[in-house]
Amino acid sequence: MNDMTPDREERKSSLKGMGSSRKRVEDARFTQGKGNYVDDIKLDGMLSGDFVRSPYAHARVVDINTEAALKVPGVLAVLTAKDLEPLGLHWMPTLAGDKQMVLADGKVLFQGQEVAFVIAKDRFAAADGIEAVEVEYEELPVLTDPFEALKSDVVLREDLDPKADGAHGPRKHHNHIFTWEAGEKDATEQVLAEADVVAEEMIYYHRTHPCPLETCGCVASMDKVNGKLTLWGTFQAPHAIRTVVSLISGIEEHNIRVISPDIGGGFGNKVGAYAGYVCSVVASIVTGQPVKWIEDRMDNLMTTAFARDYWMQGKISATKDGKITGLWCHTTADHGGFDACADPTKFPAGFMNICTGSYDIPTAYLAVDGVYTNKAPGGVAYRCSFRVTEAAYFIERMVEVLAIELNMDAAELRRINFIKKDQFPYNSALGWEYDSGDYHTAWDKALEAVNYDDLRKEQSARVAAFQRGETRKLLGIGLTHFTEIVGAGPVKNCDILGLGMFDSCEIRIHPTGSAIARLGTISQGQGHATTFAQILATEIGLPADSITIEEGDTDTAPYGLGTYGSRSTPVAGAATAMAGRKIRAKAQMIAAYLLEVHDDDVEFDVDRFVVKGAPERFKTMKDIAFASYNQAIPGLEPGLEAVSYYDPPNMTYPFGAYICVMELDVDTGEHEIRQFYALDDCGTRINPMIIEGQVHGGLTEALAIAMGQEIAYDEMGNVKTGTLMDFFLPTAWETPHYTTDHTTTPSPHHPIGAKGVGESPNVGGVPAFSNAVHDAFRAFGLRQAHMPHDHWRVWKIANDLGLHG
Amino acid sequence: MIPAPFSYHRPSALTDAIAILSEHGDDARVMAGGHSLIPMMKLRMADIPHLIDLQDIPNLSDISVEGSRVRMGAMVTQAQVITDQGLAHAAPLLKEAALQIADPQVRYMGTVGGNVANGDPANDMPGLMQCLDASFTLVGPNGTRAVNARAFYEAAYMTAREDEEVLTEISFDAHAAGYAYEKQKRKIGDYATAASAVLLSKDGGRCSSASIAMTNLSDTPIFSEAASTALIGTQLDDAAIKQAVSAALGDIDPTEDNRGPVAFKMHVAGVILTRAIQRAWSRA
Amino acid sequence: MTDKLHIKLTVNGQEEEFLAEPRELLIYTLRERLNITGPHIGCETSHCGACTITMDGKSVKACTVFIGQANGADVTTIEGMGSPDALHPLQSAFKEHHGLQCGYCTPGMITRAAKLLEENPSPTEEDIRFGMSGNLCRCTGYQNIVKSILAAAAEMNAAKEAAE
Repeated sequence: MNDMTPDREERKSSLKGMGSSRKRVEDARFTQGKGNYVDDIKLDGMLSGDFVRSPYAHARVVDINTEAALKVPGVLAVLTAKDLEPLGLHWMPTLAGDKQMVLADGKVLFQGQEVAFVIAKDRFAAADGIEAVEVEYEELPVLTDPFEALKSDVVLREDLDPKADGAHGPRKHHNHIFTWEAGEKDATEQVLAEADVVAEEMIYYHRTHPCPLETCGCVASMDKVNGKLTLWGTFQAPHAIRTVVSLISGIEEHNIRVISPDIGGGFGNKVGAYAGYVCSVVASIVTGQPVKWIEDRMDNLMTTAFARDYWMQGKISATKDGKITGLWCHTTADHGGFDACADPTKFPAGFMNICTGSYDIPTAYLAVDGVYTNKAPGGVAYRCSFRVTEAAYFIERMVEVLAIELNMDAAELRRINFIKKDQFPYNSALGWEYDSGDYHTAWDKALEAVNYDDLRKEQSARVAAFQRGETRKLLGIGLTHFTEIVGAGPVKNCDILGLGMFDSCEIRIHPTGSAIARLGTISQGQGHATTFAQILATEIGLPADSITIEEGDTDTAPYGLGTYGSRSTPVAGAATAMAGRKIRAKAQMIAAYLLEVHDDDVEFDVDRFVVKGAPERFKTMKDIAFASYNQAIPGLEPGLEAVSYYDPPNMTYPFGAYICVMELDVDTGEHEIRQFYALDDCGTRINPMIIEGQVHGGLTEALAIAMGQEIAYDEMGNVKTGTLMDFFLPTAWETPHYTTDHTTTPSPHHPIGAKGVGESPNVGGVPAFSNAVHDAFRAFGLRQAHMPHDHWRVWKIANDLGLHG
Repeated sequence: MIPAPFSYHRPSALTDAIAILSEHGDDARVMAGGHSLIPMMKLRMADIPHLIDLQDIPNLSDISVEGSRVRMGAMVTQAQVITDQGLAHAAPLLKEAALQIADPQVRYMGTVGGNVANGDPANDMPGLMQCLDASFTLVGPNGTRAVNARAFYEAAYMTAREDEEVLTEISFDAHAAGYAYEKQKRKIGDYATAASAVLLSKDGGRCSSASIAMTNLSDTPIFSEAASTALIGTQLDDAAIKQAVSAALGDIDPTEDNRGPVAFKMHVAGVILTRAIQRAWSRA
Repeated sequence: MTDKLHIKLTVNGQEEEFLAEPRELLIYTLRERLNITGPHIGCETSHCGACTITMDGKSVKACTVFIGQANGADVTTIEGMGSPDALHPLQSAFKEHHGLQCGYCTPGMITRAAKLLEENPSPTEEDIRFGMSGNLCRCTGYQNIVKSILAAAAEMNAAKEAAE
């Protein structure tokens, strides 16, 4: 039965199951302009809603005069906090256990904050209405520095009792949010005190933004006749949104239908609930008509879920031979005016405690202090896997700094500290059990692929040439070996607002042998309709082309926690495999019945069940599907259907080795990426073409972040980079060619051994690009320079090092 | 994203356009490709009650080269500049610069006239035109006059053009053999961090003429007479180039913005100008 | 209230006639008045290119054109390229080479790429990256977009040669 006869190979490949670079079923509609995004939705009588926003970062709202606005032709109503208060909707709960204003309630806390919601017959009238609303503000002192905020007398959150505990425990100061700790403080400090070598550095991961090409938006439609609310929106977690809307509106969940249609990129920007969703729902209930809200790009950049803004003070200790003995990290986390981080409830700093990375560090300690400032709320977004981007950047920079301290090659320093293959499952000093890994193989493969030794020789020659005045360009080799943690997560410790982070798949096979499967996740470009069909094709032996995958309609899809944090493959992919196995288990019984043998006398072979020892006697899955509708089988219900809700036993731990070779112009600060090699190990690879696409896209986000993209504020809290003029999004011209590669180390606890890959390239990419910049200047004494490495900052590195002669 | 309401005019004769301008004063503006004006209107940073679209006015999109005189209508697009054969021979500096402006779509609509007329210090064409010693033709209710590019720019968004005048044509002589437009920017499509237009001619191994202009380093484009003079008569050795750069840096006055602080811009301006001079010289 | 303009233009081969406020941008005319929702809005500062259409033979960002400027124009959007039974080579190539993920930039990308191939039927990779620099993508990292366009160019050139 284990012969791979040509016939069998053909049967397997025609299924286009796991491992196939199956072309995407989504592409037909997207390439013909037939996508269905939120702004494409048109309903009879649909109104338009949009916000009056605060120009100030911190101010009292003294008065809102809507008289002139209400006289603008086409304007129907203007909502303020006063209108939402009787409904209890002027504030809403955040995903991080805080609460946030829906509309300004007495004051505003960040530039762009929503002050009033204008409802009009179309967006033209809404825009005119917004201009006509008169708001009187009284400016207050602005806090944009989290360290200053923790010392300042200025109270940002006057709604919180400074003496009471916050959602995550005691608060040290009126602008303090939480302290979260992991590992062992005393033991780590002891190790550091006794170490041969300690390197200390402040590593800052600056504030940036996921900026998906489609901004956030929704259409809310309250059907007053039937008492049913339908809400279309840019929701990465449609079921969670339904539950939240139910809790805050009082409408029962069975009367709420949430639909995520096609979404133009999410990247974590579209996980939480925004004021626009709440106001649209209220407006629809109040007017009895559908209301559409679509934000502008400036609204998106200035007010929706930003990413990062972590000040990470690190200390790393090692023996003089380079064996790391301890890691200490204290992080000051700038959360903006409200703590709206999209984290699992018990993790206010996400999974920052993955910051021991790929290294076998016996003793470690992490403390994170969250702080309020006059900036937009958020922090967990942008392919971060819940702060894993920050953690990976931190450790990959600390290893580089340690290499400088030890005067060692950074590639070698990593190698001697990697967790070894036989140490898995590995329990890290900060509390995670890594499932599997083979870091040495990946590392050696990467270094060989780029001819690492030759690159170092070339670099030395370049330094010498520079010092002789023969060139003004330096060469940097940026190394990264990251381990990340995805697939949130086990219900016992992972929940979003109390909803356990399981996920689901429900399959129904049709009589003529095709199928529909619905999931609790929602693609925003990851190609689920293509890849989850592949999982099923392999599990149940029906062609992927015969399987429709549906997501995003809460009336029909089984409950799930949505798509972000690379959780779809680890959790919903597992549910899909498990549901597929339930189908197969029933199919086995049907096959046995049809073949008149015992259940155990048949076995599954690609697309059929065959009698053991008599392969000419078989029933295909198609035969079995029809039989399930056609035959009265004793002990079996008719039909062929299964559902699985999967509670993962653990997270998964993809890893990778990235190497970036970069040229830097010392005089202009310009960079050129000569080469980028990315090796990813995401366990079992479902669709290599799609994996490669994810890596290309994530690396390009990383390029942007490392080399110029930022959400920058001035001291008055004005956003300096609120449009695409200044918020750096690379074009095809700035983006280099990437070489992708892989190893495959399956996850031992996942039904198909898959780990997920979507976020890895951002997690590993940023340190690779940033380390390249640092590495170029290492020979001249550079230890740490904060990102982004845009032209003027690279120029400043060179200037501060005296390279401008 | 939605501008304030306005009245839209699309006259088919220049005189009609001027009449509307005269009637409404600074409530009226002409629009060429619209790719500077429309973004401002969408952000409600520009309020223009009367918008006059020039696209139907004849003879504003021609490029002619007669003898050594190049004439371009104000409505000539950047895309036309890039593909025009006559211009490629007489003034290749223009194509080199146009390829560094914005992106393909914007270049299909953006015009030379629009780029030079509104006085935005970030635009590339004004400095270029000063380098070329171009002349701008202005037509108004009181007739036609010409103003040299080097005398046209007064301050940011303030030029020598009167409200009721329309810039209809740009003309200049075919330029010297040595040319370069060098522009540093944060990404394709961005305005200049620093840019320099240089024209040089070589006679018997020495520089016989030089014209140097700097872009987005002051509130107007800067034609640096001193930098130009510093090169003339020299063999463009390092010392001469350094002197030209020093003179140019003395003429500019950059401000800090998202592209960087003043010290950075000054340094980069010098580097960009040096590269432009070297490249122009290699072609001279 | 300003007077409405009487507009006539051709969109995807169909003549359209209507009254519109002068401030109506072409992108709103297409998406809201004519239900042509292929071109998308991704920014308000004319950077992203998601709204790219072809107008009178030029690649144009429809978000930066007032409807009055488009009076009398001939406009093609992604919906006017190919048909489900006879896809444009770019549409097939983008699927074959994974040149899209979320699909939001795709109508603008393909519309611009079609014009690029008219400008330059045999572009190099560098030509393509430069020629597509007015279209942003957040998902693909551009590499497979370039691959798709190169493949479409090769197919279109082969078809042209075969026809000659």
